[in-house]
Amino acid sequence: MTIEQQSGSMGSAFFALLRRDLLLAFRRRTEMLFPIVFLLVVVSLFPLGIGPGPQLLARIAPGVIWIAALLATVISLDGLFRSDYEDGTLEQFVLSGHPLTLISLAKIVAHWLVAGLPLVLLSPLLAIWMNLPIESLGVMVLTLLLGTPILSLIGSIGVGLTISLKRGGQLLSLLVFPLYVPILIIATAAVMAASDGLPYTAFLGLLVAGLITSVTLAPFAAAAALKISLS
Amino acid sequence: MLSVSKINFERYFEPVFEPVSFELKAGQLLLVTGTNGCGKTTLIRVLADILHPTSGDFVERTDSMGYVGHYLGIKDDLSVIENLRFMRDFLGTSNRSCEEVIRQVGLGRVSEQLARTLSAGQRKRCALARLLLSNTSLWLLDEPYSNLDQEGVDLVDEMLTDHLEAGGACVLATHGNHRPEWADAQDYRLISGAAA
Repeated sequence: MTIEQQSGSMGSAFFALLRRDLLLAFRRRTEMLFPIVFLLVVVSLFPLGIGPGPQLLARIAPGVIWIAALLATVISLDGLFRSDYEDGTLEQFVLSGHPLTLISLAKIVAHWLVAGLPLVLLSPLLAIWMNLPIESLGVMVLTLLLGTPILSLIGSIGVGLTISLKRGGQLLSLLVFPLYVPILIIATAAVMAASDGLPYTAFLGLLVAGLITSVTLAPFAAAAALKISLS
Repeated sequence: MLSVSKINFERYFEPVFEPVSFELKAGQLLLVTGTNGCGKTTLIRVLADILHPTSGDFVERTDSMGYVGHYLGIKDDLSVIENLRFMRDFLGTSNRSCEEVIRQVGLGRVSEQLARTLSAGQRKRCALARLLLSNTSLWLLDEPYSNLDQEGVDLVDEMLTDHLEAGGACVLATHGNHRPEWADAQDYRLISGAAA
């Protein structure tokens, strides 16, 4: 027997990790469902708490749905790298020879598919519940489609930095919330503009720019943060 | 394959162990021994590039490293075979089938069981199976005999012999009495930085 070192392809590593994270999410269904239930509960309680006045609900709908989606994302963020950190899998990733950036990106994509995409899919239902005008419903979905990946990407940097701390989740919120504020403002402004019949494409353009910037930079920053946390 | 010169690692500005220097070639085994807390695990993690040495140099280090530490890197919510299939696909370096490796480490009966239901010894065997799938030339093993029964200890020795005969090398940290039989083995007694 001889030892031959073959380099595994990065593409197959990416998809293997993505598949594994989706399978793990399915096995831990309770964890996966909690942020979705949280979103549904928060948005459902608003009309009960402030009254079912259709105009008021329509006015606050973009903000309420977006804030609930943002909080639901933060709740799910802590699990992004934690179990891999705690059970030693992250160490195996470091030794694998595959770039940590690629590993971070695969995990972020899996996180968005599990925690972000359900929010996007649920948003039309929530928009109707909150009496959002039908003409701005599409914009609402579009802002969440563009914005929730940014939340996962920016959040991954915070998770990477706080993963070695015992109560990192609390610090994580403080770290990522200020970075989420511009996304919240731009996204809700787009939906409100659409509701008022004003042009909203510039806001969507800003979200696209934010998404491109985050996809390009966040995995590198998350990988660097993980390296720091491991040492 | 691995050559280090006066490497050291500091935690909170205190050296964990005395500077370490050694050279390890293909077919050689380095046994790192020392008392509890002398820094064996830290040294292995430095050699594995998980931690960065505070001082000293790596004169030579292969990129092809397999590591079994205290944290085994096994997912509780996946079965034994799912854990290994993932690692085989992720590493992309093995031509061996997962079923064959599972049989070799004696986990055939529990291959479909979730890892959370395994005993500590079975989990260690699962990590050893992953090591076999990694097809790496330098093994870094931190207390590989812990939690294993006699059959498991023999399995590690057998794996080591095959690996070293095939031109691999190994750094093995242990505080136990058992030492693997290998002619080209060097001993390295690690001294705690605090004791210096």
